[in-house]
Amino acid sequence: MVARGLTKRFGNFVAVDAIDFEIGRGESYGLLGPNGAGKTSTMRMIACMSPVSDGTLQVLGLDPAHDGSRIRGRIGIVPQEDTLDLELTVLDNLMVYGRYFDLPRRVIRERAAQLLDFTQLSDRAYDKVDPLSGGMKRRLTIARSLISDPEILILDEPTTGLDPQARHLLWDRLYRLKQQGVTQIITTHYMDEAEQLCDRLAVMDGGRFAAEGSPSELIAQYSNREVLELRFRDPDTDTAEVAARLSGLAQRFEALPDRLLLYTDDGEAALAEVHRLGLRPESALVRRSTLEDVFLRLTGRSLVD
Amino acid sequence: MTLTTTAGTHSDPGGGRRRTSPTWVRSMRYWMYQYKRTWRGSITTSFLYPVLYLAAMGLGLGSLVKHPVDGVRYLDFLAPGLLASTAMQIGGNESMYPVMAAIKWLRTYFAMLATPLTVIDVLVGHLVWIAVRLVMVTSIYLVIMAAFGTVHSVLAVLAVPVGVLTGLAFAAPIAAFAAAQQNDTGFSTIYRFGLIPLFLFSGTFFPIAQLPGWLQPIAQATPLYHGVALVRGLVLGHVDLAATAAHLGYLVGLTALGFVAAMHTYRRRLVT
Repeated sequence: MVARGLTKRFGNFVAVDAIDFEIGRGESYGLLGPNGAGKTSTMRMIACMSPVSDGTLQVLGLDPAHDGSRIRGRIGIVPQEDTLDLELTVLDNLMVYGRYFDLPRRVIRERAAQLLDFTQLSDRAYDKVDPLSGGMKRRLTIARSLISDPEILILDEPTTGLDPQARHLLWDRLYRLKQQGVTQIITTHYMDEAEQLCDRLAVMDGGRFAAEGSPSELIAQYSNREVLELRFRDPDTDTAEVAARLSGLAQRFEALPDRLLLYTDDGEAALAEVHRLGLRPESALVRRSTLEDVFLRLTGRSLVD
Repeated sequence: MTLTTTAGTHSDPGGGRRRTSPTWVRSMRYWMYQYKRTWRGSITTSFLYPVLYLAAMGLGLGSLVKHPVDGVRYLDFLAPGLLASTAMQIGGNESMYPVMAAIKWLRTYFAMLATPLTVIDVLVGHLVWIAVRLVMVTSIYLVIMAAFGTVHSVLAVLAVPVGVLTGLAFAAPIAAFAAAQQNDTGFSTIYRFGLIPLFLFSGTFFPIAQLPGWLQPIAQATPLYHGVALVRGLVLGHVDLAATAAHLGYLVGLTALGFVAAMHTYRRRLVT
């Protein structure tokens, strides 16, 4: 899959602004970014559900503008909002969907049995979808996207709204699909999910790529190894002023209303120095730098919507 | 575990010699699955309504109509009009809430568009399904009419395709309208100012010659008038070729116009 200058416009609004990327066969690629960053628009173009406004895009070596139908026949799509038929049974949802791909009923029945087993829904096969829990519906959507045995799986926020058990089950299933060679493209708001699932990821902001690389590369490039978080009880504490006193202790400071974050390669050493200088924060935490730190650095802390 | 044991290769999921189904057939199958849930009630209704209407309006009310209407018994005059009106109602019903549901509530159209199906397949599949429903309903109507002794020509079998055309002349433009709506409030307007007045005043219950002179051309301009006139001519065996051609031309034209409009509104709504 190759994109060059890929652009999506809605009227005057530029949702995706000339991005470039390449995704190889069998790779797991993540798109991160705040709401409105252009993730879903990008996914919908890759899924050949939304026409490209500008630039070029190749999926499976084909051009979505001409071969959209053929490409969609070889990819599985898990949309952000479920599009299950709530009034049909779990099995009929798979049957109807498989028939869109013109699969014979016999093949769909066999695959459905495997997929329901895979997503732990076998005992609900003959139940209607409506009363199922959110996690079960999400798993059914994923089972449905696999009914056509796709080469590429496109997952738009696959685990949003799920409880931790359901999320871990899904991660496990997605990992197994990756082992089977299915290319995956995933958008998510959860950094732990991106770290778990993605070989490579791109952080999007304002329709552009703010950064791209493997999770560890991004952390190495945009953050330091460790973070020292100091929390102050006294609301009058001027964290910026404290930061000025500590300059030299860390490569980067972030002063928040009641917290001070020090990005450093040795958090314990920095903390010892803080104590030596006579500062008494209410609490101090040394932790490893995460993708979330990278994300917040690249896309800012202010709310988007 | 592998998910591909039974399936052959990616490019050949059917395993070889199978012919592929046209894509619009695949989207029509969805509506068949939907119908599986409700077909008993639906078929019962399709039998019950003609019996009720023909008994109450045709036999009951008709017994008060002593004069022939357009040269025939009132029951014979009424029955073909009701068939055409029923086709209109089915066409309208099936292209309002189901279209809105497929866009907003169940989002079925979007599920289809994530597969090899395209917007044309989605629209054509849905309209073909409505045509299938129209065949079912008008055929049952014709059987009940025969049981009431109101079928007077072998041409009456053509009332089924004409009924389908009448229904589609409503379904196609109404589907175009429905796909452009943000909510369902417009549908009650269609019933109140469209389907119900047409049902009452387009020649189903009395000849439009009974209307005030200025209303007659308006009644003649409605699609239901042409459907009623066609079905009545076929069932009674009075077919005037020139008039038939004009009626057919009107209904085919409206269906085609509705289809083109629906292509436009479906694209705008579904492909962004």
